[in-house]
Amino acid sequence: MASNSSGGGSSDRQGIAQQRLRIIAGHLRGPVDGDSTILAAECKAQGSNTDVSSEGKTVPRRRQEIMKWNGWGYSDSRFLFNKKGQAEFTGKRYRLSGMIIPGLKDWFEGTFGANLQHKTPPTPLLTNTAVPPATLNEAFVEEVKSTGIPFSHDAEDRVFRAHGHCLHEIFALREGKIGRVPDMVVWPSCHNDVVKIVQLACKHNVCLMPYGGGTSVSSALECPPEETRSIVSLDTSQMNRILWIDEKNLTAHVEAGIVGQDLERLLNESGYCTGHEPDSMEFSSLGGWVATRASGMKKNIYGNIEDLVVHIKMVTPQGVIEKSCQGPRMSTGPDIHHFIMGSEGTLGVVTEVTMKIRPMPEYQKYGSVVFPNFEQGVACLREVAKQRCAPASIRLMDNEQFKFGHALKPQVSSIFTSFLDGLKKFYITKFKGFDPNHLCVATLLFEGNREKVLQHEKQVYDIAAKFGGLAAGEDNGQRGYMLTFVIAYLRDLGMDYYVIGESFETSVPWDRVLDICRNVKARIIRECKDKGVQFPPLSTCRVTQTYDAGACVYFYFAFNYRGLSDPVHVYEQVEHAAREEILANGGSLSHHHGVGKLRKEWMRDTISNVGMGMLKSVKDYVDPNNIFGNRNLL
Amino acid sequence: MLSSSGVVVDEEEEEQEEEQRGLWCSGPFGLTVFVNADKMSSGAVYSHKDPMLKKRDDFEDILEERRTSSDLRYALRCYTPVLYKGVTPCKTSVLKSMVLQSDQLHYVINQVSKESGRAADDVREEASAILEEMAHSLQLSTVRFFAFMLSKVFKTLFRSICVNEEGIQRLQQAIQEHPVVLLPSHRSYMDFLLMSYILYTYDVALPVIAAGMDFMGMKFVGEMLRMSGAFFIRRSFGGDKLYWSVFSEYVKTMLKNGYAPVEFFLEGTRSRTSKSLTPKLGLLNIVMDPFLKGEVFDVNVVPVSISYERILEESLYARELLGVPKPKESTSGLFKARKVLSEDYGSIHVYFGQPVSVRSLAEGRVNRCQFNLVPRHIPRRPSEEIQSFVNDSAYRLVRAQEENMVLKPWVLLASLLLQNHHQNRAAGQKPGMALDELTTQAVWLRDVSRQYGAFLHWPDHTSPSEVVSSGLSLHRALVRVCEGRVQLAVEQGEQGGPGDPRSTVTPEEELLSQAVVVLSCASYRNQMLHVFVRPALLASAIHIASSNQKQEVFNSFSFLRNMFSSEFILCPGATVQDFEEACYLLVKTGVLQVTQQEVLVTERGHRTLAFLTSMLDPFLQGYQVVCRFLCEEDTETLTEKQFIPAVRKFIVNHLLAGRLRYAEVLSSDLQKNALAALQRLGAVRKIKGVEPGTLKVNRVMVNSLEDTLGGKLPTQKSVSARL
Ligand SMILES: Cc1cc2nc3c(=O)[nH]c(=O)nc-3n(C[C@H](O)[C@H](O)[C@H](O)COP(=O)(O)OP(=O)(O)OC[C@H]3O[C@@H](n4cnc5c(N)ncnc54)[C@H](O)[C@@H]3O)c2cc1C
Repeated sequence: MASNSSGGGSSDRQGIAQQRLRIIAGHLRGPVDGDSTILAAECKAQGSNTDVSSEGKTVPRRRQEIMKWNGWGYSDSRFLFNKKGQAEFTGKRYRLSGMIIPGLKDWFEGTFGANLQHKTPPTPLLTNTAVPPATLNEAFVEEVKSTGIPFSHDAEDRVFRAHGHCLHEIFALREGKIGRVPDMVVWPSCHNDVVKIVQLACKHNVCLMPYGGGTSVSSALECPPEETRSIVSLDTSQMNRILWIDEKNLTAHVEAGIVGQDLERLLNESGYCTGHEPDSMEFSSLGGWVATRASGMKKNIYGNIEDLVVHIKMVTPQGVIEKSCQGPRMSTGPDIHHFIMGSEGTLGVVTEVTMKIRPMPEYQKYGSVVFPNFEQGVACLREVAKQRCAPASIRLMDNEQFKFGHALKPQVSSIFTSFLDGLKKFYITKFKGFDPNHLCVATLLFEGNREKVLQHEKQVYDIAAKFGGLAAGEDNGQRGYMLTFVIAYLRDLGMDYYVIGESFETSVPWDRVLDICRNVKARIIRECKDKGVQFPPLSTCRVTQTYDAGACVYFYFAFNYRGLSDPVHVYEQVEHAAREEILANGGSLSHHHGVGKLRKEWMRDTISNVGMGMLKSVKDYVDPNNIFGNRNLL
Repeated sequence: MLSSSGVVVDEEEEEQEEEQRGLWCSGPFGLTVFVNADKMSSGAVYSHKDPMLKKRDDFEDILEERRTSSDLRYALRCYTPVLYKGVTPCKTSVLKSMVLQSDQLHYVINQVSKESGRAADDVREEASAILEEMAHSLQLSTVRFFAFMLSKVFKTLFRSICVNEEGIQRLQQAIQEHPVVLLPSHRSYMDFLLMSYILYTYDVALPVIAAGMDFMGMKFVGEMLRMSGAFFIRRSFGGDKLYWSVFSEYVKTMLKNGYAPVEFFLEGTRSRTSKSLTPKLGLLNIVMDPFLKGEVFDVNVVPVSISYERILEESLYARELLGVPKPKESTSGLFKARKVLSEDYGSIHVYFGQPVSVRSLAEGRVNRCQFNLVPRHIPRRPSEEIQSFVNDSAYRLVRAQEENMVLKPWVLLASLLLQNHHQNRAAGQKPGMALDELTTQAVWLRDVSRQYGAFLHWPDHTSPSEVVSSGLSLHRALVRVCEGRVQLAVEQGEQGGPGDPRSTVTPEEELLSQAVVVLSCASYRNQMLHVFVRPALLASAIHIASSNQKQEVFNSFSFLRNMFSSEFILCPGATVQDFEEACYLLVKTGVLQVTQQEVLVTERGHRTLAFLTSMLDPFLQGYQVVCRFLCEEDTETLTEKQFIPAVRKFIVNHLLAGRLRYAEVLSSDLQKNALAALQRLGAVRKIKGVEPGTLKVNRVMVNSLEDTLGGKLPTQKSVSARL
């Protein structure tokens, strides 16, 4: 452990750190496979040796060693229906790992009209012949070689970096269909490596695409098929050190390739955290967060990425852009950070970031509240926001999601009850007068010192009571948060049985929340029917963030595609319609997923002609030859 | 069961839909599954498809059961309609307080208070009083009372009340899915009681109905109507922000929450002529607003076509149009109508049309993002985009009403007899036509009108002569049959025949009394105008155009269409479509040949063409006379108010002098429409002269319009669009 200047016995600290580890990485269990860790190559240019990070980085250069090539997450973790037809989650990493989930089959078959007999397994192996040969810029390759920066044009490496996690991307991989992929991957291990690569790319007119954790859900990582130059994926995963921690100012200076779980774990070892926890934090990177304007679930305490960064260093074709000091706020014209944040890899590579850190919270507590209906739930969240007393996280799930959450309850007793029966029994006995087809649940996460947490908890539950909400226990709350970490795994399970789905988000003023939820959900159902989907889709939503002036809303949408010849196209049409509906109802184009290429068509309407012109002129100045040619955003 | 004969049904499509629905219904958790939603495309409102292929439902007579079972039991039966998404009905008091507490009203009250310097509480009181005056207080007991009374009344007045049950089923479904607006046509006071009566009969949720304040003159009746679901709005409240706000919030609150279907008359008032009236947009704007602002997913609008075989107010309307002042709607006046009870008014057909989804109407037409930047509760003037959208929708909906109006054989007879009446007049021939000649012509017209898509109820299993004579006998007040000849009942004036020694009937009085009959007949003929109006405009255009050149004909068509756009339902901006539709119909029926360059009348087309031009001729002549009046008379100080009496006098003189043959030109409706057209075209302007509403006439322009109507001047390029 590096500097430890603040008070408090170190065993105390360690205790907290351990508890903390259990909680945020609560899904992690058992040691991470030691072999898979690749030591970061020593960055010769790095003068000072203040690297405070310890061993145990998650992401190896060869991602395929631990991750799926055609699905979400770790290779060893996945949902499946076992021989008895029961759902189970494999592996040892997560809380749910190794458990049976008895209710899932019923829910799955009931909700989607799916059938375990009707399987759609993916292509098992990536065949190299399916991958288009690399178009290499020999001169560029030669010069990169001479710098000693690792690179590869292995087919697997390239395919891994050709996609994010949009449905159409994963679906194509499962079918073994590979489109345009990068021609080469480079792994810089520090800022100076990046400077060199960018210089060479400019010199040889090579297209660079920064790659962080690969969790993009906006088609941002898709290679533009029309790109004729050699495309080089710049994988930042090996730039993953915490360079220093400044306990006086509570900041940490971190390389941009570090993924969320490593950043938190390493800071925790020093008793700190950033508190930035996007649902993808296991795999998404700091640079990715900056590049997409990410949002973490605990933003109520810690803020979104734009509130967290103090200083950013980015390498562009015109040189390095950064501020000269770390003042907490400046009046120096428009904030140049705001050109960088959300630039989606179109202007340069974020290499280092100074971020705010906080002492780890002493105490955490989950909670949940059941409301008789969604309207009451939203009214409660609004009131909580008005009183500015939102807990670290507060999320409201609609009835369908609530049922979904219940279906994911792992087995406790062996007595088998049908999912719905159990649900009804539970709620009729526990919440009298609540209709199991209307009630909805809010999950809560409180953080801070114990006393304040308990006080805060009471305040929130009191408000909830005014809206007919009844406390429903810590378990329900915790399960709710767990769900967000496994939902992407669940999508893979669905895809094994003809079910495809996706989530998308927006932000919207308070007075529009109910309207947008209702209308978008209805629109999805309507469009599915119109497009010939044979079964009613799952169309559900949740409110995941509260602000003074509005909220962030997530929609989940999935359907059984049996009988459709081009399910992905249908899916895309429905998502398109849903986005139009969002916009027509006063919702934003995106709260945090970004625009990428998926939502580009709406940019002009969203930010006006002049706005587009402004962004274009920045791009034209910073990158006149379109070296960062991923064509996102504009 | 009556069936709509001669209709090709596209059954295959239906079946496929059925199949798909099955799967959707099997959803778990009682997932609401929509049936029918796909039927509510905007295409269903009005399609340019071949009118002959129009599919229409069958009818069921609801009086049949009333004649065989107890009215009392019927009035007391269990009534449990299904509401929107299963909401429970809402007490009037709750509804009122929701309105008074709404954000919109709150905002307007504060605004009014600031602007006028009055205390906010004071303004709130006023708002509350407005709401009291306005709000319905639907009570089941009153509905049951009406159910009983009306059963008795309807059974004496009408032979049958025929309703398309499939339409009712669609309505039931629509009510459960989205808020519903009912838009019945308006030809009689009867309409809204009849609507509620039918809905009660079928156990459908009772609507709340927008009614004009004139009813409130009759205290008792007004309150009765209120308790049967009517709410009352002042006829004009132009700049009264507070009134508008209370009113619109009241309607929207009911609609949004799905407490009850909202019913109003798109035409604003009863049509005295049986022609559909230019739609009024105020209420339509209000009911579309919740959708446009995203407050509901969709609103279903259901056009309802109510066709009376014989209109109760028949001669009342004619008198009104002739300027015999309308008796104030007083309770005693209604009771005088008891005499009415002894007569036979034939049957009523009520057709509940396809529900129209406002969402589909707006698709691709309205950018709903325009409401993103101002809080939705702050009242704002609708944007031009919205205005034109609502206007177009209104026209489509009126056309949807027109399409499903049932035409009785008498409508054909009235048209033929009127034309014959005027032709004989001109030719100085013996009045009337031989019965068998009338029958032959009626059969011809039956076939023609079916080809043009009319929803004609001609009993196919009865011989044509029987059909004709039964039609004539029901309308014996308007026609006489003697010595095998049929003629309009105009020869003996209503105030006693010439044989009456005390009669001192002036020629003018005589003329007016004849006009009553002519106008009554014309109102029946008008029922089929919507079927023929486009072909008839084309026929007249061919007539007045200087050549057969397609462009010239189109120019004339466009001119006439423009001229008559207050007279008939012609969707704004649809000139080219209308022209194409007219060409299509006339070519298909073998009347015209249309080439790239020319429009040619075929040998056998002349008869149809003559029929069509004579149909429009009274209007053409009428508009010309109005023009002549404005050119010839001293109009220096003419005000809008004086216009009708003055032009009427002018027309009377023309008729008496034999310079004009169409007594129906005496209709103030036509005169007003003509003036509106001239104003629209800029030939007459309203100015603030000595008197407010002084009319400034551009004689040169009026003169040239008159000549163009008469075919004496070629259509000017400026008034026509390019084809
Ligand atoms: C299951 C799941 C849950 C998610 N939950 C959240 C959430 O809670 N909150 C949230 O905000 N997002 C969420 N996301 C979206 C995604 O994780 C974020 O957009 C994230 O910020 C992307 O980071 P990444 O490192 O994976 O970037 P990548 O996916 O690798 O790249 C995304 C974009 O950023 C650019 N980029 C990446 N690194 C750099 C760099 N160093 N310099 C310049 N440009 C760079 C890339 O070129 C690309 O355009 C979720 C995604 C998934 C699949």
